Amino acid sequence: MSQLDDQVSIRDTLNLKKVLIECQNLTHTYKRGGETLTVLSDLNLTIRQGDFVALMGPSGSGKTTLLNLLGGLDRVSSGVVRIQGVALDQLSESTLADWRAQTVGFIFQFYNLLPMLSALGNVELPLLLTKLNSKERRHRAQTALTIVGLTDRTKHKPSELSGGQQQRVAIARALVADPELLVCDEPTGDLDRDTADEILALLKMLNQQYGKTIVMVTHDPKAAEYASTLLHMDKGVLLSLRT
Amino acid sequence: MSSVGLVLANLRWKPTRTVLTFLSLVIAFVLFMLLRAISTAFTGGTTVAGVQRVMLDAKYSMTDNLPIAHINAIRMMPEVAAITQMSWFGGYYQDPKNEFAKAPVDHQTFFTVFPELLVEKDVLERFAESKRAVVVETGIAQRFGWQTGDVIPIKGDIWPKQDGSWDWEFVLAGTYTVPIDSRIQPWFLLRYDYFNESVMDWVKDQVGWAVVRVVDEIDPQQLIQTIDGQFEMSSDPTKSLSEDDYARQFASQLGDMALIATMILGAVFFTILLLTANVASLSFNERIVDLAVIKTLGFGNHYVGLLVLSEAMTLCVLGALTGVAISYGLEPLLQQNLVPIVGNFQMYLWDAVLALALAVAIGVVIGVHPAAAAVYLPIVEALREGQ
Ligand SMILES: Nc1ncnc2c1ncn2[C@@H]1O[C@H](COP(=O)(O)OP(=O)(O)OP(=O)(O)O)[C@@H](O)[C@H]1O
Ligand SMILES: [Mg+2]
Repeated sequence: MSQLDDQVSIRDTLNLKKVLIECQNLTHTYKRGGETLTVLSDLNLTIRQGDFVALMGPSGSGKTTLLNLLGGLDRVSSGVVRIQGVALDQLSESTLADWRAQTVGFIFQFYNLLPMLSALGNVELPLLLTKLNSKERRHRAQTALTIVGLTDRTKHKPSELSGGQQQRVAIARALVADPELLVCDEPTGDLDRDTADEILALLKMLNQQYGKTIVMVTHDPKAAEYASTLLHMDKGVLLSLRT
Repeated sequence: MSSVGLVLANLRWKPTRTVLTFLSLVIAFVLFMLLRAISTAFTGGTTVAGVQRVMLDAKYSMTDNLPIAHINAIRMMPEVAAITQMSWFGGYYQDPKNEFAKAPVDHQTFFTVFPELLVEKDVLERFAESKRAVVVETGIAQRFGWQTGDVIPIKGDIWPKQDGSWDWEFVLAGTYTVPIDSRIQPWFLLRYDYFNESVMDWVKDQVGWAVVRVVDEIDPQQLIQTIDGQFEMSSDPTKSLSEDDYARQFASQLGDMALIATMILGAVFFTILLLTANVASLSFNERIVDLAVIKTLGFGNHYVGLLVLSEAMTLCVLGALTGVAISYGLEPLLQQNLVPIVGNFQMYLWDAVLALALAVAIGVVIGVHPAAAAVYLPIVEALREGQ
């Protein structure tokens, strides 16, 4: 890990960090009834490996839409999203699903844990898509839970956990398959100040120690301070505020 | 955690709902097995290949008797291979609740007329040796724990004895077995000669009915004409019917019952189908976000569809297996109570297989719609719904 850290910091200083995400002339429209609603228009964006990007902007400006496109949950209307050189619109539905499983971890405002599974079960779930056997899966899920600081209560159902604990479980689930990219949609939007700070510190740690690239939508200016890059979005147009 | 674990976790998640649905499936499948068994008992049973029989009765009323002289005359006819007379005997063993059919028969010919009944040679020998000997269907003997050689007291109620009493004492010569595929009802068989010499004079030399085994090459209809023709002008005219026609008459009545049973089953399963389909779509709607999350994690559309289908399928198949198991568990009890009424009654492996196939079909019918909806569930819209 320390060796890896060194490499990252060398690349950092030389500004040689590899490009992870590249969006070119991105346009996204929704059809509602007969009307076409353009949410993103001609958007260009580059995110490098190891970046921690905060994305702010008024409600309805298209932040979630952009995250969905970066995470391969939705397909662009026109333009290209390229991640690690892979143009997502070229992938078939099932290849895209495989790609998501390997490359992206998702963190939502309302955690979106499966209520019938324990914390451990929720974290183990993505590993069903790997070749690991059940013992390895369990071990790895436990490791992920340790990284996010949840060692007890792993047998509990989400409904028996606090919001902060649930979000830790969700982060462990996003982390467990060791993806390159973490996509977070208002991860602290439902938490109090102190808990929000803990979660943000955790994300920052994942970014710095584990080299995860993070794209985080937030309405909280304080949350944005944890990020290395701050983007502002309004009416589908991006402004870079700070790098 | 495994895919199977995920299916089971989903089923466990709403235990009350799952258990209620499961129980209604179990009840439906128990009902299925029972009604199938009863309807098989009613309509099943075929004549043994190569044996043709004719039943003959008093022409105007089944309750009228025929003179034994008729039987002796018929025995002489060249078309007749064997004939046995029979009568209702009535009475009971120890307690009026102990009901089973008893009949005086011609002990020399009865098992020739009914060659499909399974009886040991030594049993027949003992039947021939002693006038008080009886041969009893195995199930009846087992019911009362009778052993060969036991003295069986029977309290009569139709035929007064010479000595004015109603008490009969028989000795068990042995038992016979009715094969599964036979519709012959289980009997307690006593000897007509002993019966006839014991009863009061004014009821002597009468028989209730008779069964003729026809010589193989002869058309039973021809014999029927001969017999009924011969006694047409006598004081006791007869009415004969081939066993096939008799069975057909009987079956057409029972066929109606089988139809009713089938209709009940149809109604039950239709209700179950609506109920479980409703439960399936309810639980699908509750889990739209969960399913979208599972897709988000990288599980393919078909995995998620299969997950939903497996749930419905698991519930149906487990319900059927449990229902079938309970039916087999109830079998001895039901046999005890139903065999005296419907002849043979048992669960059939074939019906169990059918029940399982039905369960799979129901699983597909109720699961396929939510499964398809899960396959085509758009992630982004579904996640937005959860916000
Ligand atoms: N499936 C859809 N069909 C039609 N319109 C949609 C759909 N999804 C989003 N929109 C519209 O697109 C616009 C952008 O939505 P988006 O969710 O990306 O905004 P946002 O920036 O994430 O807002 P918020 O801060 O409230 O989460 C909104 O006007 C929204 O109503
Ligand atoms: Mg949003």
